[in-house]
Amino acid sequence: MSAGLSRTGRSLILLAPLLVFLIGFFVWPLFSMMSQSVSDTAVLRLLPRSAEVLPGWDRKSRPTMPMQTALMEDLKAVDDDQALGDMVRRLNSARSGFRTLMSKTTSALGDPANPPADLVSIDKRWEKPEFWLAIADALSPLTDRNLLAAVDLGRNAAGDIEHLPADQSVNRVILVRTFWIAALVTFACACIGFPYAMIAASLHGWKRDLMLAAVLLPLWTSLLVRTAAWFILLQERGLINDLLQTLGLIDGPLPLIFNRTGVIIAMTHVLLPFMVLPIYSVLITIPKNLMPAAASLGAHPLRAFMRVLLPLSFRGVASGSLLVFISAIGYYITPALIGGPGDQMISSIIAFYATGSANWGMAGALGVVLLVATLLLYSVYARLSAEEPGRR
Amino acid sequence: MPMKLTKFTFASLTILFLVAPLIAILPLAFTSSVILTYPIPSWSLRWFEELFFADAWRRAIVNSLIIGTGTTLLATVLGTAASLGLRNRLIFFRGTIRTLFLLPMVVPAVVLGVGMQVLLAGFGLTNSYAGVIIAHTVVAVPFVVVSVTGALAGIDERVELAAQSLGASPTAVFRRVTLPLAMPGVASGAVLAFATSLDEVVLTLFVAGPNQRTLARQMFSSIRENISPAIAAAAFLFIAATIIIGLVVVLSRSMLAKRR
Repeated sequence: MSAGLSRTGRSLILLAPLLVFLIGFFVWPLFSMMSQSVSDTAVLRLLPRSAEVLPGWDRKSRPTMPMQTALMEDLKAVDDDQALGDMVRRLNSARSGFRTLMSKTTSALGDPANPPADLVSIDKRWEKPEFWLAIADALSPLTDRNLLAAVDLGRNAAGDIEHLPADQSVNRVILVRTFWIAALVTFACACIGFPYAMIAASLHGWKRDLMLAAVLLPLWTSLLVRTAAWFILLQERGLINDLLQTLGLIDGPLPLIFNRTGVIIAMTHVLLPFMVLPIYSVLITIPKNLMPAAASLGAHPLRAFMRVLLPLSFRGVASGSLLVFISAIGYYITPALIGGPGDQMISSIIAFYATGSANWGMAGALGVVLLVATLLLYSVYARLSAEEPGRR
Repeated sequence: MPMKLTKFTFASLTILFLVAPLIAILPLAFTSSVILTYPIPSWSLRWFEELFFADAWRRAIVNSLIIGTGTTLLATVLGTAASLGLRNRLIFFRGTIRTLFLLPMVVPAVVLGVGMQVLLAGFGLTNSYAGVIIAHTVVAVPFVVVSVTGALAGIDERVELAAQSLGASPTAVFRRVTLPLAMPGVASGAVLAFATSLDEVVLTLFVAGPNQRTLARQMFSSIRENISPAIAAAAFLFIAATIIIGLVVVLSRSMLAKRR
């Protein structure tokens, strides 16, 4: 008994370092990304006094004197320009006009020679409830606006969820595009990968080895190298256009790069091994004599294929398709290098929000959408590949 | 007969599609021209010179080696230890833990990158080698776990029990029996971890500063900004390294297969 316990203890000691490491540097980052997407403290941090007063306001009438005094004191107390900039950006995104209003207000408040009596005397706009509503709504530390905005939804003045106006609705287009490109790539991979795996499984010896090596070599080659190769080949004066022109098939160079065609070609090449290998591994377990048996019973080859081989290999096709689709929706490098502005997928937009405009809330919210989609599809894949082959 | 011809044509064309792009760019590494097009005017090694002596590229290569080595060590030690721990069937949530260990392979790199940047900024680890090595280890460790778990599954437990019954201490059994038998798996895991680190771009974009530019990162930005045949030279090195790594993995696998 004690030997069993000490063995378990040893196993736990061996597991612990990686477990701690991954919880710290894998699970926690994902959580902090998620919390970024719902956290909304840019305004609350700077306006603690207003946060006490504003909840008592009826959200309709003119701003009361205590509200104005509280906001004035809060703004006077701000000494961090960057935090002020974050707050103004946050407010301006809820209600345009805040940028000019705030800079006018803060400079008036900063003038010691001429202290303003209230905010309305600085700018008439402080009379309007809309601006106060924007502040009141921004004071809650949690928000769903980033998550809603990730799918082009927003809340109106009454707090109901509604579609954002068309000029702000960019994310849904990008989500649809991401899934569409991933679906096209999956389809292309299935169309090439299934027959390829079938031929490979039907061969023996060096021919089979050659076909498998042709799949493994690109799989092991750096993704960046493969993308660079397609970049070079697809150029206007690249090998493919040169070849087609030399053969006289086209007159001028085809536009192959910085567009959808190039992205699909390059991604299909990169992901094809993930389709071929699962299908191949299922096909080699199917007994060789099934097709001749179907034929001997009078089935047309096409019918035998549709009724025998295709259903038996379904698991491989499904695993391969899921694997390709999951990888494709998260792709960043290939669309970034081969695609044009109209081919950028959700990863590029996340990277843009994170590194380009430091909008961590939106980056996190779109990240949550991508993460949830990936994990859902992966759980289907894991269930599918956990099924014992040949159990049916 | 036409069926056979169709199959042959299809297979040949697909092999061409898979392999030709990788082969087609190799000669361009030796061009003397500044543009990446055929025909090649004359042969030259100037782009390899550029790669090894131009400051940006040389530093990128050195950084890749430092970060790759750090990642390989960390991922191999953590991954091997954890795989040994996972052998014990009495561990609670064994399946969940295993899934957690493999999940970094699945989560999109950009998503992990955003979270990692937020977190490492909190620790003051952005723009540091430690930060990049940690990030690379997270995505490299699943390969070590898969590889070592596979090798351990192939060990006949009776061999270990025999050693134990002959009076070997648990440490001696581990050192003299288990570890040598698992070694091919550990080695191929280490090689895959190094390869993962070498090829990693997205996390590097998020967590590395200008001083930790790796070769892959440098290739990414030079494809984006000013493409030159130095890319083809770097690709040449990568493909040559891939073939060597591939041979090492195949050899260690066949060693493993012979042992069984």
